[in-house]
Amino acid sequence: MMETVQQVTPSYAAPLPEWLSAEHDMGTTLVAAEFPGGVVIGADSRTSTGTYVANRVSNKITRITDSVYCCRSGSAADTQALADIVSYRMAMHEIEMGRPAAVRTVANTFREMCYQYRDDLMAGILCAGYDRTHGGQIYSLPIGGMMVRQKVASGGSGSTYIYGYLDSNYKPDFTAEQCVDFIRKGVSLAIHRDGSSGGVCRVAIITANGVERRTFTGDQLFVPQ
Amino acid sequence: MSAATALAPQPSTTGFSFDNCQRNAALESSGMAVPKAVKTGTTICGIVFKDGVILGADTRATDGSTVASLNCQKIHYLAPNMYCCGAGTAADTEQTTKLISSNLELHSLNTGRQAPLSTALKMLAQMLFKYQGHISAALVLGGVDRLGPHIYSVHPHGSVDRLPYVTMGSGSLAAMAVFESRYRPNMELEEGKKLVRDAIAAGIFNDLGSGTNVDLCVITKDGAQMLRPYDVANVKGARQERYRFKRGTTAVLKTRLRKFDVQEEEVVSMDTSEASGSA
Repeated sequence: MMETVQQVTPSYAAPLPEWLSAEHDMGTTLVAAEFPGGVVIGADSRTSTGTYVANRVSNKITRITDSVYCCRSGSAADTQALADIVSYRMAMHEIEMGRPAAVRTVANTFREMCYQYRDDLMAGILCAGYDRTHGGQIYSLPIGGMMVRQKVASGGSGSTYIYGYLDSNYKPDFTAEQCVDFIRKGVSLAIHRDGSSGGVCRVAIITANGVERRTFTGDQLFVPQ
Repeated sequence: MSAATALAPQPSTTGFSFDNCQRNAALESSGMAVPKAVKTGTTICGIVFKDGVILGADTRATDGSTVASLNCQKIHYLAPNMYCCGAGTAADTEQTTKLISSNLELHSLNTGRQAPLSTALKMLAQMLFKYQGHISAALVLGGVDRLGPHIYSVHPHGSVDRLPYVTMGSGSLAAMAVFESRYRPNMELEEGKKLVRDAIAAGIFNDLGSGTNVDLCVITKDGAQMLRPYDVANVKGARQERYRFKRGTTAVLKTRLRKFDVQEEEVVSMDTSEASGSA
């Protein structure tokens, strides 16, 4: 019954490079550590599409609320959309509650979506911040939708290279500056070994007084001898 | 195909219509060649300079390895202070930018003010994310709003990057090489135009998917200026002689005259303002 339709378009095609249409992936190194008084979180700045670096100075530390930030790894599109949605819901929550959202509330909102849409998302998140009730907290939300509170957490492809460094060098009684140094060295070492991590090291210090952001450019990274 | 759908198919009023997906899958499995969408191959880029932003694009549209259009326009209007370059499937970039441009106008009328760039950016990113990368549109959005000049890149899956200079498309590596070696913050207008022109030219000459001319769009707080074409990078060679055959080269074997009755045509406009009664 159905006539064969003549296709006019030629069937040969000069294939465009695969990375042009590949999803934006953030290879990434994420690290976070608690200290008495707050948390310090850090990340590299490389966003890759296949083997091409699409953004060498990306900001993977994203504001959710004034006192809760998140580090994003995995698909750039998925994590940006997630962070937007959680940020919006927490803003509504703060208006309704009349006070800043707790860190655990933000982390749980992330977890609800990461778990419900686990088959469609590729997102590994470190949610960290400060609230008055429990002080500085870090919640790790790896791919799949698990949520766990940790004193020291890491994420992304580069984190595998610094498990040993993080475990052996962390001290619970770091000062803020020592903690920043700990994070900076950790990210630098991961950048040194992981091809999907690179660029600059971005750091955020979250305390009762607010958030301080720093950027360590190439010459300020720690390079092992 | 059922008789009902063949007689009066009802197009869906919202969103994508997936009616043909089953048919396409059946065709593909029976061995039919899947038609390839017209891609723009493309080199597009944008920079922030001292007084605003400059967007640049080549003008070649490809259909596989054939050039479908020599001089297509890849810098699309979004708002008086925002333009968007598009790479990827030509239809996707065109329709996406048209849709968002339309929504921006409505938004601006609704709010009574000029929308900032972040509004257009959110609309574009959220739409592309919603379609999970199936809308193959890679965009460079640039413009000047009350917060200053901005350049953004939007990828087909919906991720966004804000940078002082971006390149997209198959020629993006060639163009980025030019930017990385010569870009400086706060360049003057002429210097900026030359840099963007050189970046697009690098794409045109080193990438098969890009070609022909360089289009530029300069946007400052005083408005936008489309320069199309800014530079004709590939000038077609002028013919040396007139290659025409003399009259009589082809022998005439037979002549036959036929008279045609030419009917007069008159256009009568209908008054369609009143609704007519029942059909």
